[in-house]
Amino acid sequence: MIEVIKKVFTLDTWKVILPAIGDTLFMTVFTTVLMAIFGVLLGVALFLTQRDGLRPLRVFNAVFGAIINALRSLPSMVIIILTMPLAKLIVGKSWGPAAVIIALTLTCVPMFARMVESSFLEVPRGKVEAAKSIGARTWEIMFKVVLPESLPSLIRNFTIAIIAVISVTALAGFFGAGGLGDVAVRFGWNRFLTHMMVAAVLVLIVIVEFVQIGGDIWAKHVVRKRHL
Amino acid sequence: MSNNAFIRIEHLYKTFSTQKEQIEVLKDINLEIEKGDIFGIVGFSGAGKSTLLRCINRLEEPDSGSVFVGEQEITALAHDELLAFRRKLGMIFQQFNLLDSRTVRGNVSFPLEVARLNRADIARRVDEILELVDLSDRISFFPGQLSGGQKQRVGIARALANDPVVLLSDEATSALDPQIALSVLDLLRSINEKLGLTIIVVTHQLEVVKYACRHIAVLEAGSIVEQGSVAQVLTNPTSDTMQVFVKVNSNLTAGALTEGSGI
Repeated sequence: MIEVIKKVFTLDTWKVILPAIGDTLFMTVFTTVLMAIFGVLLGVALFLTQRDGLRPLRVFNAVFGAIINALRSLPSMVIIILTMPLAKLIVGKSWGPAAVIIALTLTCVPMFARMVESSFLEVPRGKVEAAKSIGARTWEIMFKVVLPESLPSLIRNFTIAIIAVISVTALAGFFGAGGLGDVAVRFGWNRFLTHMMVAAVLVLIVIVEFVQIGGDIWAKHVVRKRHL
Repeated sequence: MSNNAFIRIEHLYKTFSTQKEQIEVLKDINLEIEKGDIFGIVGFSGAGKSTLLRCINRLEEPDSGSVFVGEQEITALAHDELLAFRRKLGMIFQQFNLLDSRTVRGNVSFPLEVARLNRADIARRVDEILELVDLSDRISFFPGQLSGGQKQRVGIARALANDPVVLLSDEATSALDPQIALSVLDLLRSINEKLGLTIIVVTHQLEVVKYACRHIAVLEAGSIVEQGSVAQVLTNPTSDTMQVFVKVNSNLTAGALTEGSGI
């Protein structure tokens, strides 16, 4: 293994890989932040407007849910292609890391919104009822009961979602987004530079491992603090 | 209807609809509860006791009929008024329903935050109420570190924090060991005496009725089939439910005595 790593990561490899790592992290961080904000907002909306939710709005919930499902059923590739004109409008060009963030966000937000919703639904109804019984307002139930009570589950889902973001950024490499996926395709695949492919893959594995381990530690920390 | 009743329930109906059928959970419930009473609502599972209790703070919306607490008609309150009313009402649950994300202090603070007290008042009130339920030494523990009995005492502290006029107890002792349940009932009784708080207790345990309640109403399939003082109802039970309850209970007592005397 160490032999392979030595062979693969030459100075030339680093020259290509390092900026690619930068691009991948740039796309991942930006998309993750947007995904976290909009995913939680939409997740809250889905949760609140359920049939037996805190603010039931059946039609809204049905329409909204259908839109989210539709977005989720589109392959990321298709979303990337579809949002190219939009990216051109906003960022000024239809390629590059910044341009693809719109597509990445549109791919990941619906997924994360559903994850957030399902984390919220895991909170025992009795806790929500207890909060209702003391006259808590809807936002208090949301932010003082549902969110904190579902935090460990939210963190775990968030970790999974970040890793999904990373894998979509790699896919976006196909469309000139830059990043490690781009390296794997342009150098590893098109130019038969196997060591570039291996290097890109190894770095991706390391990044994903880091995220997963970080998420696990965070979730465990919360659980342990609460003595659950 | 007498005028000194503190809680009045009149012609209350509630139906649950499933896809297949409509189930009448409460049928024409009429009830009066005096101020300072410990009132038991008794029945088998599915009789509608919890639903009746939850109609009092409208966790369950009745289909028709009215609930009065003091001068207020609860069933006529708009949403914001209902929230304000609920802040003057405590409720405890079989599963405690504490927040795992908050310490004992945080759990008891919650209703006070909701009632918009300032920090100093909240801190003072939390100390005071934890003293009352004898949990001062557990103030910075999380619910995950407490026993069932302690959790329920936190539940009671949370319910009492904002000085309620009524305490609703939904099978609050059913998940506890007998002697722990007894200590929780002791606590409820002493709160009732000290604060003159009206307590409504839903239970399927006759021991709870005998030990804590002064008056009871017996529910059977959504209707009140019997009500009165505990002494009256227990000495002369007329409903099927109460006859079964009393019979099972006396068998148990006889059995326990036989066993205890070594025969």
